[in-house]
Amino acid sequence: MNPGPEDDGRANRGGTGAKALDTDALLDDPGTRIIVCCGAGGVGKTTTAAALGLRAAERGRHPVVITVDPARRLAQSMGVEALDNTPRPVPLPEGARGSMHAMMLDMKRTFDEVVEEHADPERARQILANPFYQTLSTSFSGTQEYMAMEKLGQLRQSGDWDLIVVDTPPSRSALDFLDAPERLGRFLDGRLIRFLSAPASTGAFRLLGAGFNLVTSTIGRIVGKQFLDDLRSFVSAFDTVFGGFQKRAERTYRLLRTPGTAFVVVAVPDTDAMREASYFVDRLAGDAMPLAGVVVNRTHPLPEGAGSSLGAADAESAAASLEEGGVHPLASAALRLHAERVRVRGREVGLRDALLSSHPDLRVAEVAALPEDVHDLEGLRRIGGALAAAAGGR
Amino acid sequence: MSDREHGPQHPGDACAGARLHIVTGKGGTGKTTIAAALAQALAADGGRVLLVEVEGRQGVATLLGSPPLPYEEREMLSVPGGGSVSVLAADAEAALLEYLEMFYGMRRAGQALNRLGAVDFATTIAPGLRDVLLTGKATEAVRRRRGARRRPSAADPSAPFHYDAVVMDAPPTGRISQFLNVNSEVAGLARVGPIRNHADKVMEVIRSDRTLVHFVTLLEEMPAQETRDGIAEISELGLAAGMVLVNMARPPLLDDASLEAAASGGPDLDALAAGFGEARVENPRELAASLAGEVRGHALRVRLERRVRSDLEDLGRPLLELPLLAGGVDRAALDELTRRLAEQGVRR
Ligand SMILES: Nc1ncnc2c1ncn2[C@@H]1O[C@H](COP(=O)(O)OP(=O)(O)OP(=O)(O)O)[C@@H](O)[C@H]1O
Ligand SMILES: Nc1ncnc2c1ncn2[C@@H]1O[C@H](COP(=O)(O)OP(=O)(O)OP(=O)(O)O)[C@@H](O)[C@H]1O
Ligand SMILES: [Mg+2]
Ligand SMILES: [Mg+2]
Repeated sequence: MNPGPEDDGRANRGGTGAKALDTDALLDDPGTRIIVCCGAGGVGKTTTAAALGLRAAERGRHPVVITVDPARRLAQSMGVEALDNTPRPVPLPEGARGSMHAMMLDMKRTFDEVVEEHADPERARQILANPFYQTLSTSFSGTQEYMAMEKLGQLRQSGDWDLIVVDTPPSRSALDFLDAPERLGRFLDGRLIRFLSAPASTGAFRLLGAGFNLVTSTIGRIVGKQFLDDLRSFVSAFDTVFGGFQKRAERTYRLLRTPGTAFVVVAVPDTDAMREASYFVDRLAGDAMPLAGVVVNRTHPLPEGAGSSLGAADAESAAASLEEGGVHPLASAALRLHAERVRVRGREVGLRDALLSSHPDLRVAEVAALPEDVHDLEGLRRIGGALAAAAGGR
Repeated sequence: MSDREHGPQHPGDACAGARLHIVTGKGGTGKTTIAAALAQALAADGGRVLLVEVEGRQGVATLLGSPPLPYEEREMLSVPGGGSVSVLAADAEAALLEYLEMFYGMRRAGQALNRLGAVDFATTIAPGLRDVLLTGKATEAVRRRRGARRRPSAADPSAPFHYDAVVMDAPPTGRISQFLNVNSEVAGLARVGPIRNHADKVMEVIRSDRTLVHFVTLLEEMPAQETRDGIAEISELGLAAGMVLVNMARPPLLDDASLEAAASGGPDLDALAAGFGEARVENPRELAASLAGEVRGHALRVRLERRVRSDLEDLGRPLLELPLLAGGVDRAALDELTRRLAEQGVRR
């Protein structure tokens, strides 16, 4: 084996004197009951959540990890390939002191269960069969976020777990995770939906005064009368359930504010993801939600030893001199790779320092990019180890 | 032209004759960039092409470094040899108002709906309605004849088409089949009525054999997996998959034997040190040990990329490759990508 930064996924703190995010301390603290991994799309939220869960189990805790849309092979390796909404035990490698469960969020099923719990059987049946409910529960943007929170609330309530690690849905923006559930609530409460679903003789119509006929007849002409009928029955059936929803969402949000919760914001070192991370950190502070720190995933640290002091320009001119002579292609390739690495690293450090200069107290841990995807427990272990190493606690 | 026609087979040949090109792929793989390059390639030698974006993100404006684009087909790019690319940043709200006006002459009602938030409504609870409006806009441009800018039905059916081709910068693979399957999406909500008729017409264009869905991917596992899943899904819907476009490809820096050695046991440290010595860098031995990890990482990545590539080849779709351009994508880089597409056979 050939050790090197590409090889062991080791993280480092980067030498700016910034405080490191100490994930082992977080995982070992029995007061930590919920960890929420959030961040922009594709940055490694699912991977980080699973890696933290595994690390916690190896250190003696009994976590459950709620994953959302995990990559197929990763799900397989955790034994949660089926979308069944139930925590399943993860077969752990030898030597783990605790245990781990994982589940894959099924948003429609979670939604169905909430409806069934809150409405009498007849009404629940009506709601579940309504085409609007079906769109809402499968494709409304925000439902997945809402249901991830709903599931978190349920698992927390059950008291079966000493630690719940929550992955968040893939969305363009990290903020969606906090905003989407409210948007869903606002929408269901909205003026139009009331209006459209009100029977023609009620006050809602009179309030709108002249012109409403034009509007309803327009809507009717475009979408057909049946559309309006479906909508009306949906809203009236859903009304009974909905009060429950709002309250539950509020309760879960309060849970997120308690000291037992820790947010871990995941980013990758590119401009967009780091900007997202910065917004999200501010937003958490604004909402008084407890932030543990930021994981900068998939970084490209410089190698240890002599390579750390060889600059890009020197490496390139050395490579050029070899290429000119047409000799030592391996060495010249290594020098080109190194020059590229130094430039990439320079940009990464710049992005990290910019984040730290606007948030001086932020705790950061870096996880180096592994050369291949993370799709098994061994890969997760390396990520967990890299996170821990960021605090110097290997 | 004739040398192309009689020349060797190119993977991009499969594109010729298609009128609607739908470009999808995992988020961030380069859909917007490739869609723009494809539009330029199709416009070569006097073509008229429309590039439509449907996600309301002003991706094309960002790419071209222009201010946000209005809801309007606007000629933005001209191609050597006289071709042109118009750009439309479609949004559902404007499309709905236009649709109401065009088919019902209901401008006032449309405005009232808008004030009520009905359009918001359509784009939230019923994403199917939004998709029907957006795909409807693109398919209307495909069907449009010259001399009839607005009402397709009023056109002389023997007039030539207004655009030679339409390229859509489409939603990512995770949503593409739902987006394109407007018929069934709408069917649950509107079983009869004008929206339904409209959806049927849109579906006819999307299902036609002159519509192709292209997939942009990287040589990484997740985007390749999404490409595989996406092709399977759209094929099931009866839509035709077009090209698989491997974007941001990087050439390997080593020959196969060195790659193999570096990937398995690590690079030959003696050879590295000897080379560093020859190049007169300091501490060649220490440096060799220090840089070995980078070389091995490169070799592992190339090995992974090759495996992904060969899996993509097994899909049986024409495979095209576009290089990673240093320094990001400006106009010159876009022209370079256009040239690479043309080289691989892409034309009208
Ligand atoms: N440190 C790392 N080194 C190498 N690959 C990584 C690393 N972290 C994550 N990956 C890979 O990156 C891809 C995306 O990771 P992941 O699925 O965890 O992201 P995500 O934020 O959950 O994405 P989404 O927003 O789509 O849910 C996966 O293929 C994963 O294996
Ligand atoms: N061949 C290339 N070489 C270098 N950079 C590229 C290349 N193709 C795309 N990019 C860059 O990659 C980034 C993503 O590209 P683009 O916006 O086209 O992707 P997208 O798939 O449309 O993303 P989204 O899913 O966010 O819409 C952009 O910064 C773009 O400039
Ligand atoms: Mg994920
Ligand atoms: Mg785009």
